[in-house]
Amino acid sequence: MLRVESVSAFYGGIQALRNVSIHVNAGEIATLLGANGAGKSTLMKVISGIHPPAKGRLVFSGLNISGLSAERILRLGVGHVPEGRQIFAPLSVIDNLTLGAYARFKMDGKKEVAKDLQSIFALFPVLQERQKQRAGTLSGGEQQMVAIGRTLMAKPKLLLLDEPSMGLAPMVVGDIFKAIQTLRSRGTTILLVEQNAKAALKVADRGYIIETGRIILEGETAELLNNKEVQRAYLGKEYREIWD
Amino acid sequence: MIWDRRYECMEREEIEQLQLERLQSTLNRVYRNVSFYKKKFDHLKILPDEIQSIKDLAKFPLTLKEDLRESYPYGMFALPLREVVRIHSSSGVTGKPTVTGYTRNDLHHWSQLTARVLTAGGVTKDDVVQITFKYGLFTGAFGLHHGAELIGASVIPMSTGNTSKQVLIMQDYKTTALVSTPSYALLLARHMESQGIDPKSLSLKLGLFGGEPCPEPMRKEIEERLPIRATDNYGVSEVMGPGVSGECEQKNGLHINEDHFIPEIIDPQTLQVLSPGSEGELVLTTLSKEAFPLIRYRTRDITSLDYSLCPCGRTLVRMKKVLGRSDDIIIIKGVNVFPSQVESILMEIEGVEPHYQLIADRVEGVDTLEVKVEVNERVFSDEIKNLQTIAAKVGRKLREIVGVSATVKLVAPQSLQPGEGKAPKVIDRRKK
Repeated sequence: MLRVESVSAFYGGIQALRNVSIHVNAGEIATLLGANGAGKSTLMKVISGIHPPAKGRLVFSGLNISGLSAERILRLGVGHVPEGRQIFAPLSVIDNLTLGAYARFKMDGKKEVAKDLQSIFALFPVLQERQKQRAGTLSGGEQQMVAIGRTLMAKPKLLLLDEPSMGLAPMVVGDIFKAIQTLRSRGTTILLVEQNAKAALKVADRGYIIETGRIILEGETAELLNNKEVQRAYLGKEYREIWD
Repeated sequence: MIWDRRYECMEREEIEQLQLERLQSTLNRVYRNVSFYKKKFDHLKILPDEIQSIKDLAKFPLTLKEDLRESYPYGMFALPLREVVRIHSSSGVTGKPTVTGYTRNDLHHWSQLTARVLTAGGVTKDDVVQITFKYGLFTGAFGLHHGAELIGASVIPMSTGNTSKQVLIMQDYKTTALVSTPSYALLLARHMESQGIDPKSLSLKLGLFGGEPCPEPMRKEIEERLPIRATDNYGVSEVMGPGVSGECEQKNGLHINEDHFIPEIIDPQTLQVLSPGSEGELVLTTLSKEAFPLIRYRTRDITSLDYSLCPCGRTLVRMKKVLGRSDDIIIIKGVNVFPSQVESILMEIEGVEPHYQLIADRVEGVDTLEVKVEVNERVFSDEIKNLQTIAAKVGRKLREIVGVSATVKLVAPQSLQPGEGKAPKVIDRRKK
């Protein structure tokens, strides 16, 4: 569904991505793991058209999307849930969600949008209870649900999820990841960026490890879990293994 | 049957994307973890970051068997030994042996790949597989053993030797698939004939051959004498062992497991990459190996690649049966002559034995090639006229197939047989 071929990207003089190639097959959850500053969020921004690639090619559903605007890419079916949620705090939950349908409102009409709103409420029942509440007053987990719901309102074929577990309590993380699995079973393809490697590898089919802007490992999740380097750097297993 | 449709039947575009991703991450890892590659890349001022497409691989340096010997034993491992769960080694007939290591993931992939090769050769969970490769430091037996077990076949780890016992077990245990070298299969057939055992009385139906070249006439002979379906498989112990490639039921070349290896064909003299279809030396880059990755490893094996689609449904590129080594190559007037080509020509001509000697010389600045060929007893005592016809036929075939004119000399039976103290296959007088 998505192919990223040898993409490089810069912030001023600093190179954030060095020849990164990844792909996401239709219907799967792929995950991108790496430490802070490894280039994960940059890659997400390059895919959704927020940050321009300096080199390389992006192909989505057979279409070359490199250099297209973020609006065009969204309309083609790539939804991006940004890191840190970025919801509209003063607006109500329902307004946040409805805004997500902005790009398709005219085409699909009110009825369709209302129907999709119901499917978001089915996924996150708590949002229905709080639909009138201002989004800024919600808990972290609920805000994350609003951010995901808002992106889903655009009906993306591919969902980019940037650190959905950031700053959340373990139980809430569990809820979010359950929702991710539900989404996949509904047919949404997902690229998931995470620092919580354990949780990500539990739901993903395949994964990539990125370090200082370079992909250093690719594989099915079972293989990544077997890799000592992954265990040491991302799953925190090393000490126990050596000293126990 | 196809073992892993997901990876064996990908679109070309998909294969290339996967290869690009894995190549980039492999280069990033070897540059970081293997000092041999770091030094070599730095020296040539070529960094992993420069791989924009698979074609850029050609800019990277080749790895030679000598490089592996110099880093004996563990110098080229990309991970510390505590992450290695298996160690294998090559023979070391000429100099120090080479040592290779496998992580748990490497072993998992290895089993998957040999399972593909065995399935392509016809093995299923209902088969009883007798493995007659040597268990030990060599990769052959263990590699295919794991794959056969993964398929769910019943594996008999016989190892080498004791031909009578091999046959006895074949009879009593009802072996259905034989894993061996092709010459051992012929030896088994001969042994059975001498013991008055009818190979048809066995349950044997498949033969999976590797470890040495199996020219087409040899395959035919095996298939007739031990009525079985014989397929060829290929491996390089430094690269992984068996599981690099194998024939399917079409028997029209060996499918290379391209999701784990990138094959290239180079001219062994100029080292330039040749276009698809050209004959040359096979160079392999590993894409998934964690403990012992290799970049552009020169196999010394001569073959060619065929990217046309195979009727079996696999989309993996096919390599031609390996029949020669680039070490044996001689160049006559700019034409590469492989002793194996000569051998396969001789095997098809009635009256001559596949025992020969190639003598290259230079007369007044012009390359010449003389081919001495043994004739069999019957022809040897025949009329001179017949001998001349045979010599002319050999000469004509050499011109047609190899593309060189040669003086053909027929010699007495038993005078050129290979072996210790016997005549060498190639003599190059130009080197003096």
